[in-house]
Parts: sequence; C-alpha cells; structure tokens
Amino acid sequence: MIQINNICKSFEGRSVIKDIDFTFENGKTSLIIGQSGSGKTVLMKCIVGLLTPDSGAVFYDGRNLTEMKKKEKQTLRREMGMIFQSAALFDSLSVLENVMFPLDMFSNKTYRERVKRAQFCLDRVNLLDAQSKYPGEISGGMQKRVAIARAISLQPQYLFCDEPNSGLDPKTSLVIDELIHSITTEYNMTTIINTHDMNSVMGIGDSILYIYQGRKEWSGTKDEVFSATNERLNNFIFASDLLRKVKKEEEKNK
Amino acid sequence: MVKPITTLGKYLMLMGRIFAKPERFRVYFKQYINEMTQLGIDSIGIVLLISFFIGAVICIQIKLNIESPWMPRFVVGYTTREILLLEFSSSIMCLILAGKVGSNIASEIGTMRVTQQIDALEIMGINSASYLILPKILGLMTIIPFLVIFSIFAGIIGAFCTAWFAGIMNATDLEYGLQYCFVEWYIWCSFIKSLFFAFIIASVSAYFGYTVEGGSIAVGKASTDAVVSSSILILFSDLLLTQLLMG
Repeated sequence: MIQINNICKSFEGRSVIKDIDFTFENGKTSLIIGQSGSGKTVLMKCIVGLLTPDSGAVFYDGRNLTEMKKKEKQTLRREMGMIFQSAALFDSLSVLENVMFPLDMFSNKTYRERVKRAQFCLDRVNLLDAQSKYPGEISGGMQKRVAIARAISLQPQYLFCDEPNSGLDPKTSLVIDELIHSITTEYNMTTIINTHDMNSVMGIGDSILYIYQGRKEWSGTKDEVFSATNERLNNFIFASDLLRKVKKEEEKNK
Repeated sequence: MVKPITTLGKYLMLMGRIFAKPERFRVYFKQYINEMTQLGIDSIGIVLLISFFIGAVICIQIKLNIESPWMPRFVVGYTTREILLLEFSSSIMCLILAGKVGSNIASEIGTMRVTQQIDALEIMGINSASYLILPKILGLMTIIPFLVIFSIFAGIIGAFCTAWFAGIMNATDLEYGLQYCFVEWYIWCSFIKSLFFAFIIASVSAYFGYTVEGGSIAVGKASTDAVVSSSILILFSDLLLTQLLMG
C-alpha cells in the first residue's frame, strides 16, 4: 500500500502539485488521470522519489520515503518497477540483456538462473522470440512490453507506469493494459498508472484519482466515474464524442 | 562569476557520487572493459593516423627551417623526438581525443538523460552516476598510456618515412638524432600528463552529459561544451603539469 499525505511541489515559485492525499491499495491497479500538464508525471516522480516534494510525505507500507537516507531509498527502490513513457530501454543492450539487467545488479542467482528468469518474464509478455534483438529493432508496443518484463524481473512490490499507452494504437494499448492488470493481481502488487486514455480507465481502473491543475479533484472507482457529478471530471471524460454518445444512449435506455 | 562557481560545485558533487562503492563489481568490471574498447581501442586508428602525419610534417618543417651549415645534421631527429615526447603525444593527442571521446561521452550520457534511461537506473536503485561515469574514467585512464606509446611510435615512423621515401634527409642522421641525449623521464612525464588529461576528458564530458536538461538541442550543446571545456582544462593543466614535472 502506498499512501501520500499532503504532497506539494513547485518549480521556481510555480506551484505544480497542491496538497494531494490518496491511498493506493495493494493488489489493485490505481490510475492517476488528468489533462496534459495537470501534474500527473510530477506527482508520480514525487511518489517514486525522483523528485523531492516541498512538503508532505509518501509512505510505502508505513515506511516514510521522504525521510529516508540515500541508502534506504536505494534499498526500497529494489522493490519498485517502473515503465516509462518512452520505455527507457538501454540501447546498447539486447532485449534479453535489458530484462536481465536488474537481475545482474541485485540477484545472487547463477547466470543460468538469471537467463531463465529473464526468459520467463519475456515469455510472460509474449516476446521470447525477440530476445536477441536490440531496442532499436523492435516496435514501440514491443518496447513497452520489454519494459514491463524488465520491471517485473525482480518481482517488485510496487509498479509504476507513466503513460504506458502513449503513442500506441488502441489494440496494442489494450494488450498493455491487460498485461499490467493481470500482472498486478498475479503478484499482488501496488500498481499506479498515469494516463489520459479513457479505455484504460474503463478497462482496468480499480481506483481512480483525477487531478485538475495540480489539485485532487475527484477520486473513486471505474464504476463511479461515469455517474460522477463533478463537472471538471465530466468535461475531461466526455471530451470524446464517442463516450458522450454512449452516455446519451445509456440515459435514453434508463 | 556565480555560474562557473556553481558549475564547479555541481561537478565536485557529481564526482562525490561517482566514487562510491559499486553495487555489483562484476557488472561494473564488464562495463569497464566495454569502455576501454569503446573509448580507447576504437581510437587507436585515428591516433596512429594523426601521429604518423604530424611526425612526418614536424620532421620536414624542422629540416626546412633550421637547416644550416652551423647546425649538426642530427638536430632534426633530436627536435622531432623532443616535440613528440614532450608535447604532441601527450597534450596535443589528448586535445584530439577530447574532440572524439569527449563528444562521444557527453552525447551518449546526455541522450540517456533525455530518454529517461538514467531515471530508469535510479528507479532500480542503482547509483547511475557511478555506474555510467566511473567505468568511463577508469577505462580511459587505463588505455591512454598505450595510446601515448602508439602515438610516439607512429610519429617516429612518420619521421622515418620522410627520410626513406621522400629522401629529404639521411635516415642514419635521423636515427642518431632520435637517440641523442635520450631522457627516460620524458616518457614518464608523457604518461603522467596523459593520465590527468584522461581524467579531465572523461569526467568533464560526463558531467556535461549527465546534467543535460531538455531535448536533442541540449544534448548537442552539452557535447560542444564538453569538448570546449575539456580542451581548455587540458591546456591549463598542461601548463601546470609541465612546470611541476620539468621545472
């Protein structure tokens, strides 16, 4: 479980995150949604410790990240996996070496066991055939799947995904969403996803946090999100014509 | 005045992070070997080529400019050797490497920064500064004395070629001059200077790459800054080291 208490962050006097409180539950896929520039990525960077919040605290199962020393932070980070918007694979390493990298660094397993574990993770994301290829030789969707395999190679407790569907077609996005969701339940992880993809919200959003201009505007589940009365949330969700029509249809049927 | 002091402070703080205990020696050692290949072995070609031609040109220039009935004939070989040993094969060769290796290091690390690969390392709990920069510094410092030796040899062969093929002077005179009053300490001076220069090239270039903020334009600027700054620092430290070692 990850708990954030009154997180605030500003850059050069400009406030980007203002007093956000939320609890991300274990074994659930939690989504942070909001318009571009609303502060989702900054919030996620504060949660993982890549940025230090100006005030507030982040608790990982009771352990306060903001008060940790560098060494303690590094130890905690071994329990984290992260999928970046750009996948952030290491160009000089093959797909298999990318997935093996965290194992090489922190696992005491033998070389053969490490290869076996990396191949298992690649198989889990259906990419065993691409193990000898380099990141530059595979598609964006495949890169994201390799990033997922790398993130789960050390069986992390916490998984963070920063816009995992950006730049992907709807079908591939669905595959990525399903994969993240199934891995979350399988390993009982605490997963946080930054997204503005409504398909993800409808598909895998066990709990949702909506941010508007750096503030927590609304929170709830995917079943509550469409019936919510928050005007800003509705403006965000029903910005898509398709969803607006679906809602009108539903209201007619009622 | 504030900016250079801030930059120096940030550079020293980065150096503090680099010289930390590695998470896994095996992985760092593999990286160290890779860096020696990428930064050093891959530079042998350009070092040999440039040194060969510079050695030849120095020999011709000296022959043309200081030839006189009052001057012993071996002076051409002697002067060529002294120039190669004392300045060219250590300082000038390192200036050339600052262009090749420095821009390579800055753009590689800078690109890793803008594509979030460094963030990915940090999230894994790895000291990204140490993992990326320490093997580069040690790799270049290990390989640079060998590059100095190759450069001296290539320069001398270049000088000999002017005697053998162009026939501008007698090869025996050149050989005598090359061996005349040889001081072994000069070779050690070259090695010592090149070690300092290797540290400057790798650490300064890595600093500019590591602190990139923005996109491809910032990476390009970091690469240029890395080459300019490391070249200036090499020239400045050459002055100090020459005074310290030979003065």
